[in-house]
Amino acid sequence: MNVLPIIFYFFAAVAIIAAFMVVTFKNPVHGVLSLVLAFFAMSGIWILLDAEFLALILVLVYVGAVMTLFLFVVMMLNIDWAGKREGFVRYLPFAAVIVLMMVAIIITVIGPKQFGLTHVPTPAVMPADYSNTVDLGSVLYTNYAYPFEVAGTILLAAIIAAIILSHHAPKNRKVQIISKQIDIKRDQFVRLVDLPSEKKNPAANGGQP
Amino acid sequence: MMTEILLVGGILIKILVIVVVLLLAVAYLTFLERKVVGYIQTRIGPNRVGPYGLLQPIADVLKLLNKELIIPRESNQFLFIIAPMISIGTAIAAWAVIPFDKIQVLANVNAGILYLFALSSLGVYGVLIAGWASNSKYAMFGALRAAAQSISYEIGMGFALVGVMMAAGSLNLQTIIHAQAGGFWHWYWLPLMPLFLSYWICGIAETNRLPFDVAEGESELVAGFHVEYSGTAFALFFLAEYTNMILISAIIAILFFGGWLSPFEGIPGLQPLFAWVPGLVWFLLKMSFFIFCYLWFRGTFPRYRYDQIMRLGWKILIPVTLVWIIVIGLAVQWHLPPWFA
Repeated sequence: MNVLPIIFYFFAAVAIIAAFMVVTFKNPVHGVLSLVLAFFAMSGIWILLDAEFLALILVLVYVGAVMTLFLFVVMMLNIDWAGKREGFVRYLPFAAVIVLMMVAIIITVIGPKQFGLTHVPTPAVMPADYSNTVDLGSVLYTNYAYPFEVAGTILLAAIIAAIILSHHAPKNRKVQIISKQIDIKRDQFVRLVDLPSEKKNPAANGGQP
Repeated sequence: MMTEILLVGGILIKILVIVVVLLLAVAYLTFLERKVVGYIQTRIGPNRVGPYGLLQPIADVLKLLNKELIIPRESNQFLFIIAPMISIGTAIAAWAVIPFDKIQVLANVNAGILYLFALSSLGVYGVLIAGWASNSKYAMFGALRAAAQSISYEIGMGFALVGVMMAAGSLNLQTIIHAQAGGFWHWYWLPLMPLFLSYWICGIAETNRLPFDVAEGESELVAGFHVEYSGTAFALFFLAEYTNMILISAIIAILFFGGWLSPFEGIPGLQPLFAWVPGLVWFLLKMSFFIFCYLWFRGTFPRYRYDQIMRLGWKILIPVTLVWIIVIGLAVQWHLPPWFA
């Protein structure tokens, strides 16, 4: 009995249902969590294809980092959910036309025929000691070394640009300089004063000792 | 068909053994923590239930299981219930790839180190969802702090792991252990010292333990993200936190202290003398040291202020790890003896 198709259809069904839920949930937090579930199901399918490196990176980068930030931001939004569905029927025809056009464009531009893939063969079953990581690394750093580095540079430029565009330094910022804080000496803040002791004057107390 | 059933049954039994031993270890870790912190503060700690207080964790578990599970009416009930399950699920699932001895490992997968890192980065979901679903301000603050903290420290943690991957030339945990063979001075803690220290600090921050426990900071946020939880659901968060502590200790022992390798390897007189000791014992001893350090830190360090945590993560740990990755790259390229020869 081959269980692989059962596992595949399970993950595929979860992925499709979760992806559908992303756009149908009213609450955006639920939407983000459904997206997380969809990523998970996809990484399960990738593991079935012996692409364990990509599958784990998907979980690590998208689920572990990107979606956490998404969730972080969405949780901070405080939107009145009831009023957000009012224009649904009004905009429906317009939206439907745009969606149809988008789907048509995507199919004509990156459909399977563009790549000569009218018939996709079943992926070959790899031997047990096959390492997807080694394969990917050897291709990425030899055949695709230049595209890889160009992509890396573009991403770095994007990070720097985003920081410069969004970062406005406050005018009167008060920065703590840790080295200065640690480097303080007692003499800078504490002054020991030698007070002269008061003269005893028995007469002032009315003669009492 | 029969062999498949036997295979699946064998795996299930292994999973059961790991989970049961782990939960017992967690129960006695809470006991050990109270004892160690007690002695640090010149107290005796729990000593009433059973001999030397040894049955205290059992009593605690029974108490927690018998408490009422309160679900706040204004909370998001589905997510409120599922959050502790996510926490404990990711904490236990990570143990699948931990090698306990030369052959004793549940799943000796190729990308074991990535699997560990992926699952440890998922733990924050439990915290984040719990904080949001509780519909409580303290819980929300705790969750936001936890999320910001764990995202910041994941980067430093990832870079530390990159250094280990480069040094060992593999993502497989058993291969990483084998690459450290040759005794105490061949383990990666020495050539990868800055990465080891960074990973250790990041690990403590990832598990939200003192001195980085701002996510639950009792004196500021009551109990942080799990303030609305009671009974079994609270117990699950508690279990997840302690399981993660043991997990981080195990990962440090594997990546930087040679896992199940004997420390006396290569020493003429001692190597044959200790050859009979199973690798599991060395592994547990190394793990126990780092677990003890967790309790030691808790007993002695004051809590970091929030901005200091961020500064440490972004401005100190990440640059240190980045520089050391370059150093390791050069060392591997030039086959620096004795580690990378």
